[in-house]
Amino acid sequence: MGEALHEIALTVNGVVREVRVPGRRLLSDCLRHDLGLTGTHVGCEHGVCGCCTVLLDGEPVRSCLTFAVTAGGHEITTVEGLAGPEGELSPVQRAFSECHALQCGFCTPGFLCTVTALLRENPAPTGEQVVEGISGNLCRCTGYQNIVKAVHRAAELAAEADATPARTGEHA
Amino acid sequence: MKPPPFDYHAPRDLGEALAVLAGAGAGGKVLAGGQSLIPLMNMRLAAPAHLVDINRLTGLATIEADAGGVRVGALARHAAVERSADAARAQPLLRSALRQVAHPVIRNRGTVVGSLVHADPAAELPAVLAVLGGSVRLARHGGGQRDVPAGEFFTGPLESALRPGELAVSAFFPALPPRAGTAFREVARRHGDYAMAGAAAVVVLDEDLRIVSARVACVSAGPVPVTIDVSQVCDRRPAASADWAAVAAAVRDRVDPEADIHATADYRRHLTGVLAGRALRAAAREAAGDGRDAGEAGEPSDG
Repeated sequence: MGEALHEIALTVNGVVREVRVPGRRLLSDCLRHDLGLTGTHVGCEHGVCGCCTVLLDGEPVRSCLTFAVTAGGHEITTVEGLAGPEGELSPVQRAFSECHALQCGFCTPGFLCTVTALLRENPAPTGEQVVEGISGNLCRCTGYQNIVKAVHRAAELAAEADATPARTGEHA
Repeated sequence: MKPPPFDYHAPRDLGEALAVLAGAGAGGKVLAGGQSLIPLMNMRLAAPAHLVDINRLTGLATIEADAGGVRVGALARHAAVERSADAARAQPLLRSALRQVAHPVIRNRGTVVGSLVHADPAAELPAVLAVLGGSVRLARHGGGQRDVPAGEFFTGPLESALRPGELAVSAFFPALPPRAGTAFREVARRHGDYAMAGAAAVVVLDEDLRIVSARVACVSAGPVPVTIDVSQVCDRRPAASADWAAVAAAVRDRVDPEADIHATADYRRHLTGVLAGRALRAAAREAAGDGRDAGEAGEPSDG
């Protein structure tokens, strides 16, 4: 006998997606396997590495520690949803690129989502607040120095974008 | 690393949740934030037959603070309680301990009541509830509610007084009496990890600023939060002349931590004494009106 399936509707990157999943489907697997959004990476599957971080109603959460059924009816933003409508990179994405804040890139989607929310809540964080803010995301390549630089750079870029009116798209 | 199958229930109100839990009996488990339960399920260390998801019971996402203390509802996330100025005013120990709970992203999802019910002796919030003498309110289908004091709530590692069919609907953290202070100290291998040792402290002074009551609850020091009253050791002296080395020694003698790959039992015992001493001293400073405990900056290294 197969497992019971539950019909849920998630708003993912602004688009309503309907999907049938068993209760035990992790949000990370739902995004990757059911919806084909493989930008969300899965590292440890027990909440330690932060690679699977997505925004749930705007707040960063571990998608591997959330059941898809619980997220039904809510809004999800994944790394695929951070760029603007024409594909222009968000300030956080541009800063990561400019500052060489990634090497292999595996942890990057989680960092981008975490930092996007961090700067939305605190547009000009101190060094200490940056380190605390990204403390739940592991990177095994960079040694974090350039990631920290990128967060500060992203804050500058976002401030510049805010000062220049008529820019569209997602910004931090 | 995938959770085992379970029957999923998403009740719309508390009555329905309690009815489902009553029907599920010992096979039922409540899902709130899931930040401890889902890792256990992913690792197949937990396999509840029925999962009762209370995330739609938004009426339980309450934080009520008044002069008597803070009552935190079952769906109040760590981050919400940490941000609540009213909660911090009524019981400052909550915020200082919450800042040590995992990472900000985990705290967006995890709940205070969930951390208590999970009853991990290495976690911060059980020690906070224990040292403050708080309580957990349990409800059951058709059976009303009961309040279980912290001293009876934690019964073993990951074990609490919660019976099958019961739902922890809220927890109460009492406010402090006048001239009281609190502090939380821990040492973890990495920030956000479970503490190798830690202590939550409450100190109360009399009108002449002498210590009349001093209590700590120790983290990772036994099967449940280990609450120790060191008032006698403090001997009604002012904080500045209390024998803090004797206090640390008294705490060391009273705890019986276990060894693991990260720390020997002796090291943990030593660390618990040092951290309890620092937490108590900081709490005494705060009680004497020297401002809110600002953390570890500038603390002596000798404990």
